[in-house]
Amino acid sequence: MERIAIAQIGDCLLVTIQVDMHDRLALTLREDLGQRLVQTQATGVLLDISGLDTLDTFIARVLAGIASMSKLLGAETVIIGMRPAVAMTLVELGLTLDGVNTALDVERGMALLRRKNA
Amino acid sequence: MPNEPQQPSAVLLNAVLSKTIRENRQEILQEWMGEQLAADTLRLDLIDEQTLELESREFLEVLSSAMSSGDAIDLESPPWQTVLTALEELSRSRDEAGFSATETATFILSLKQPLISRATKDLAREDFNAEVWLISKALDRLALYTTEVFQTRREATIRRQQEEMEELATPVVKIWDGILALPLVGTLDTRRSQKVTESLLEAIAATGSEVAILDLTGVPTIDTRMAQHLMRTVAATRLMGANCILSGIRPQIAQTIVHLKIQLGDIKTEATLAAALKSAFRESGLTVVGDS
Repeated sequence: MERIAIAQIGDCLLVTIQVDMHDRLALTLREDLGQRLVQTQATGVLLDISGLDTLDTFIARVLAGIASMSKLLGAETVIIGMRPAVAMTLVELGLTLDGVNTALDVERGMALLRRKNA
Repeated sequence: MPNEPQQPSAVLLNAVLSKTIRENRQEILQEWMGEQLAADTLRLDLIDEQTLELESREFLEVLSSAMSSGDAIDLESPPWQTVLTALEELSRSRDEAGFSATETATFILSLKQPLISRATKDLAREDFNAEVWLISKALDRLALYTTEVFQTRREATIRRQQEEMEELATPVVKIWDGILALPLVGTLDTRRSQKVTESLLEAIAATGSEVAILDLTGVPTIDTRMAQHLMRTVAATRLMGANCILSGIRPQIAQTIVHLKIQLGDIKTEATLAAALKSAFRESGLTVVGDS
């Protein structure tokens, strides 16, 4: 089955989404990530979505869900590299993902996590 | 309509009218010039008498040849298209010279008097009514057409200016490494705010800037709708991973915001662009050090 790879860098889990997200894939990612967080005791999750041209409301909600779930499991989530068009669409749809951290690139996302966990 | 002449007789009258114009061109022209020179819409400051006479003569020629084509007045047909083209050109040059729409239309309408007085001399009573009706209808249409040309030109100008304004009004300025400024001028409607947001987000992506300052110094008033647009811009910026600072809110606008109970949420605001820049420096961990 198709899966999205989850890489560990220090205390962080890095998820780079480079394929078009479909609903099942997003749900699988949520499950996998939950398990990995428990296994690794990671304190941060970096969700790199710079490869996504489009994002529908379902996927956006799943991403927000991942952020709240990670928080319960002791990790901060940062959504990284959202494209301008995607950001505008989400705002039009009223999904401002309040309470989710965002960063322009992975490096800044790591820095943000370090600040948050310091 | 009972007053409207039947088609065949219109064609016939057209021929009569055209013949009248052709045979009495000089006379009609003179009378027409007299009408024009006597009208209070005459603008000798914009056009001299010779040019006016030349234009009048040319127009009479085009008109009589269109009428002699035999068709009833049908502006779609080729002979009448020539008349329209001539009128378009006339309208354009008069507009550029500074004539008003009324003054241009009067040029056409003042031809009624000479044509009708000609018809009085030449035609029997029953034909006369139909003829006057025909002259009136034709000239009214042509006069309206000049107004239409006028209006189309105005609309094109407005559209062009609107586009230019949209282009001009959304400059995103990089004022420091990682700090962008967007000076907003005028009011934000849905279309403009979309453009502003778009160019800001593109600039953030291109420069990797973490702070964007939206400066409202040039914004005269704010309403709930515009506030909502601003909130959207800020939310979209945040989604990309950058922070927004609003600056330059005038005291009156601040009062309006409070009065309208607009919730700006946790958007950071500063009184001036300078203060916003200072705050942006602080956020990026920069300090300004003087020489002394």
